[in-house]
Amino acid sequence: MTTASSADHPTRRDFLYVATGSVAAVGAAFTVWPLVSQMNPDASTIAAGAPIEVDLTPIAEGQDIKVFWRGKPIYISHRTKKQIEAAQNVALASLPDPQPDSARVKAGHDQWLVVIGICTHLGCIPIAHEGAYDGFFCPCHGSVYDTSGRIRQGPAPTNLPVPPYTFVSDTKIQIG
Amino acid sequence: MSGPSDFQPTNPALKWIERRLPIMGLMHSSFVAYPTPRNLNYFWTFGAILSMMLGVQILTGVILAMHYTPHADLAFKSVELIVRDVNYGWLLRNIHACGASMFFFAVYIHMFRGLYYGSYKEPREVLWILGVIIYLLMMATGFMGYVLPWGQMSFWGATVITNLFSAVPYFGESIVTLLWGGYSVGNPTLNRFFSLHFLLPFVIAGVVVLHVWALHVAGQNNPAGVEPKTAKDTVPFTPYATMKDAFGVSCFLLFFAWFIFYMPNYLGDPENYIPANPAVTPAHIVPEWYYLPFYAILRSIPNKLAGVVAMFGAIVVLAFLPWLDSAKTRSSKYRPLAKQFFWMFVVVCIGLGYLGAQPPEGIYVIVGRILTFLYFAYFLILLPVLSRIEKPRPVPNSIADDVLAKSGGKAATMVSSVIALMVAGGLLLGGAESARAAEGGPKPPGEKWSFAGPFGKFDRGALQRGLKVYKEVCASCHGLSFVAFRNLAEPGGPGYSVAQAAAFASEYKVKDGPNDAGDMFERPGRPADYFPSPFPNEQAARAANGGAYPPDLSLINKARSYGRGFPMFLIDFFTQYQEQGPDYVAALLQGYEDNAPAGFTLPEGSYYNKYFPGHAIKMPKPLSDGQVTYDDGSPATVAQYAKDVTTFLMWTAEPHMEARKALGLQVFVFLILLTILLYFTKKKVWANAH
Ligand code: FES
Repeated sequence: MTTASSADHPTRRDFLYVATGSVAAVGAAFTVWPLVSQMNPDASTIAAGAPIEVDLTPIAEGQDIKVFWRGKPIYISHRTKKQIEAAQNVALASLPDPQPDSARVKAGHDQWLVVIGICTHLGCIPIAHEGAYDGFFCPCHGSVYDTSGRIRQGPAPTNLPVPPYTFVSDTKIQIG
Repeated sequence: MSGPSDFQPTNPALKWIERRLPIMGLMHSSFVAYPTPRNLNYFWTFGAILSMMLGVQILTGVILAMHYTPHADLAFKSVELIVRDVNYGWLLRNIHACGASMFFFAVYIHMFRGLYYGSYKEPREVLWILGVIIYLLMMATGFMGYVLPWGQMSFWGATVITNLFSAVPYFGESIVTLLWGGYSVGNPTLNRFFSLHFLLPFVIAGVVVLHVWALHVAGQNNPAGVEPKTAKDTVPFTPYATMKDAFGVSCFLLFFAWFIFYMPNYLGDPENYIPANPAVTPAHIVPEWYYLPFYAILRSIPNKLAGVVAMFGAIVVLAFLPWLDSAKTRSSKYRPLAKQFFWMFVVVCIGLGYLGAQPPEGIYVIVGRILTFLYFAYFLILLPVLSRIEKPRPVPNSIADDVLAKSGGKAATMVSSVIALMVAGGLLLGGAESARAAEGGPKPPGEKWSFAGPFGKFDRGALQRGLKVYKEVCASCHGLSFVAFRNLAEPGGPGYSVAQAAAFASEYKVKDGPNDAGDMFERPGRPADYFPSPFPNEQAARAANGGAYPPDLSLINKARSYGRGFPMFLIDFFTQYQEQGPDYVAALLQGYEDNAPAGFTLPEGSYYNKYFPGHAIKMPKPLSDGQVTYDDGSPATVAQYAKDVTTFLMWTAEPHMEARKALGLQVFVFLILLTILLYFTKKKVWANAH
């Protein structure tokens, strides 16, 4: 029995091996794609992530509600004068993630704070109206957010994110 | 054959591992250095094909399980949503569903090969018995998998097959209740079938490991049926067998891809596109084609218990084959009588498969009994007798001699026998189809559809007109509950923009709620909503339609079929014809006649339709000329309406049809290229061995 030696027709045989091997490899790579892609959100999940409208009229001053959008809890707080002032009169330099209050609310709608209620530390849900700053307090590892949803104490690295939203009218917002 | 490995890695890290877990040595001695008889023909590549198919089924199955819901109320819909919404879900489902058929197709060739070349004989008895166990496990797995989509055939197949166990004396009823987990096939049954369908493939994989282990101890059999004696008789597994198997697998993938991309429903039953309904039994309950021979044996015996025993016996008898056939010569090549009887046995099996799909009446019953007798006679009478009286021809001294004696004519017989097997397989499939032919009535005329064939595409104009017809006519009675408004804007559909789809949705009132006050309310439709059904439930629909239930139309084109008659299924396979559903639906819409022909008594509240089975349909003629206005100048005739709405319904039945065909073309170009390259590489490699 002979063994395969590449000495006799090196170029032609090697070309054949390499060509076959690479075509097979390309095929394998393309085959993997549908197998991975199926893990992404399916069409109905994406469609269910469409924007939602929220009516603000029932939320009294000092109150907040929680709504869900794309499976995430969104806090909508109707802030009191005191809370707004507290949010605005902070020395930005003292914040771990400096952001003025004006960048976190819509101009002319100072009283409405809309944030995604997911702690930026490891994803727990902070409790509203708790903690030293009358903002949010995350019981998991003690992150404290202020009335603008900015991180003030604890391990969370960034402020609570503001979801994309617009005012459809003075009393109605569209999230998404 | 594979003794302790002399494989020694050079890399120190690999050396370290190898001393503690000699896995590389094991792999090397099993799949690289392993001596392979050099005269193996292409029937031996089916082992590799089967390993690949097991891998493919497990992989796609695990993925499908990520999206599937094993609940009686949700299973059917979850399967439909896999196909419609999950990224490449249609592809994964087609691979898995057609894959089951391919798996059985390959295993049958593998088994017949073993039978022909005497692969079950000493010293390979355990190897063979492990194979029979794998086959039994495959049958159980395939059956339970078929139940999961929870369609009509699934449900009734499950009922019929589990009821087999009621034949057991004394304990029968209790065993069946135990299998069901209830008083009938229901949610607990579905749950446990899903669990077991997920588990069993891993059990199969375990037994396959034993099967391959036993193979590596005994060594491979070969067409000459003589054991390798010298090094001249064998070649190392890699690259020789590896390349040959790779080429065989690639050819098989071409065949497989034909089904996946162009004939995905050819091997399935249209009835399974109707959601399970415990109140109505399908006219014919037919198992998947690969169980048909055993189903025929079951039905041939007029006694319940005896029928069940015969059916299981037909499989169990295989395990005793090594002792039933005591001939010293292994390969039927050198047994002139055994060879002929083998082919007769193949014909008997195919004949049984054909009969399994026929209604159990008249001549079919008689022929069924004869073939059942012949089936058992082959194992229990013929082989034992033959092995004592037959005078075999002399076998070659060695494999090397066999290779030298080989003439060119061998390849031709091989090819023709493969073709014969494929045609025979087609016969089985065709048989399954003609089971529905008994319904009678004229056959719907074959229409020209823009979406037919490998390059078919939907006619956008027809889709849009069809949607209009559906909305203005059909929607008053029929739902379209698997189609969402957003689908109208998806590629491959009627070509709406996202804004148009949203506007279309907002014309509908959709029930929603409960709101904060706990009330249900109506709101305008949104793109994510599904087309609303005109009736809240089946009872309300029946009440409004004089007792008739207007079916949901989402899948109607896949759920309807008619027999195509004897040679057509073969032609259908090659022409990729699978438009029975659309042909039937379009014909039905135009098949109304005002007066029933003389001699036909039309029941009260029915209408005469040429194409409806039994001709008495409860639905009044839905379409008449001029009923819907078209703004694109298409004729406002019943024929045009019927064609447009059927086209639209085809799209609702398979929204990704265009993507399927387009991807199919790319896959074919790729596979043909790969197959050609593998062929030449294989030739080059084997040039050394001759
Ligand atoms: S998750 Fe909120 S503090 Fe850790």
